[in-house]
Amino acid sequence: MLAVVDWHLVWMRIAHPDHVFFRALYTTVYMAVIAQAMGVLLGLLAALMRTSKLAPLRVLSGLYVWLFRGTPLLVQIFFIYYGANQLLGFTLVPNSLNLGLFSLDGAVVAGILALGINEGAYMREIIRAGIDSIDRGQMEAAKSLGMRYSLAMRRIILPQAARVIVPPLGNEFNNMLKNTSLVFTIGVYELFADAEILYSQNFQPVEVFMAVAFWYLVLTTVWTIIQSWIERKLGASERGDDVGFFERLTFTWMPRWGQVR
Amino acid sequence: MQAEDVRKRFGRLEVLKGVSLDVDKKETVCIIGPSGSGKTTFIRCINHLEKIDSGKITVNGHLIGYKRRNGALVEDSEASIARQRTEIGMVFQRFNLFPHKTALENVTEAPVHVLGVSKDQAADDARALLTRVGLADKYDTYPGKLSGGQQQRVAIARALAMKPSLMLFDEPTSALDPEVTGEVLDVMEELAHEGMTMIVVTHEMGFARKAADRVVMMDEGVIVETGTPEHFFDAPDHERTRQFLSKIL
Repeated sequence: MLAVVDWHLVWMRIAHPDHVFFRALYTTVYMAVIAQAMGVLLGLLAALMRTSKLAPLRVLSGLYVWLFRGTPLLVQIFFIYYGANQLLGFTLVPNSLNLGLFSLDGAVVAGILALGINEGAYMREIIRAGIDSIDRGQMEAAKSLGMRYSLAMRRIILPQAARVIVPPLGNEFNNMLKNTSLVFTIGVYELFADAEILYSQNFQPVEVFMAVAFWYLVLTTVWTIIQSWIERKLGASERGDDVGFFERLTFTWMPRWGQVR
Repeated sequence: MQAEDVRKRFGRLEVLKGVSLDVDKKETVCIIGPSGSGKTTFIRCINHLEKIDSGKITVNGHLIGYKRRNGALVEDSEASIARQRTEIGMVFQRFNLFPHKTALENVTEAPVHVLGVSKDQAADDARALLTRVGLADKYDTYPGKLSGGQQQRVAIARALAMKPSLMLFDEPTSALDPEVTGEVLDVMEELAHEGMTMIVVTHEMGFARKAADRVVMMDEGVIVETGTPEHFFDAPDHERTRQFLSKIL
């Protein structure tokens, strides 16, 4: 059976990528990074709004999560790309966005917006859980020292919550890297589009999609390594624990080995 | 510190039923009483960690947590409540040290970020304070690596770093192993002798007897009896106080 696979083609896609491929890879990565950053900011904002004294803000935060977690991401992508300008009555999604050093295509802008706004809804829940996990006494201690809520949040609560937030945040970014493949549907030339277009020319699905799956795997693997490093940084100072970098990696990939130590 | 007819209820339960207490400068007052008597709630009201329903509390003549508007008292702004709290140090039963910061950073945090003291100055002050509470070798240790008694001493240093004029202690030794309560009480006793104004909620009768100028007995949301330690422990006036003391001594 395996003999049918054109291994040479797979190998070429993996070992000898062309510059068009690298542009696509680059697009995937920066879209994921910007959208995730946006998701974290929106999620933080929504999480803080959720505990606000002002009822409208609390309601808004709830509506946001309800709406963007309750509808398909693909629908949101299409809606924002094709419908947002019309709905809002102003240009949220421009034809192209010139940022000086580089310019973004309108579809890329729409894709980032959709992925980021969608992500914010999930991040709100993660950040909320992180904040809630911190003992109430921490806020009280901060206040008793004369700190205001915002300062206590920034200096005392959020740095501690980060330790709880980062592992699920890593999961989210892993998903984000893969979810960017959806924006090929509105014409963004990213990793999956690169594969899809080649496939439409040579009709060799096994080779083309095997190769693109490999590249996604590379991205998520690199991310796993970066995440282990971040978690180590966050965890080490506080607990003074000595879980090494490679131990933590091992734990990520082979939990049962990790536990034996 | 002056408290006038302070009342506070949680839902249907009235926890403070009109508490009035004056504490003079340099005085150390111990509040004792059975659990549920409202003593912890009362000292939490003094730095407005709890809102009060009626009455008023002043520290150094400043109204705490509320301001007068058209003759009525309304809750003060967050900024001015925060400012009032800088004058009032608080030590908690469960320490509440910041676990992501070293002992030294715990102490410098508020002076630097609330009072705007320079980092070097704050670090110098913090080292002096930590030395004073007997932790000269623990500057760079994280709370997780300190014993309960050491953590509570860092917490005292942290509160003192704000140079408060009043210190509140909420059962500072209740979460400690018996063998380390002494080291915390010693620090507090020294503080009392140096003339700090202190209000201490405690079950440590030995401390109350040695360090307190006055002892206050609370029960069911009211102050039952106030007196000097001698009067209190040797010849209390009230039956309720006698009962309570006989149970714990």
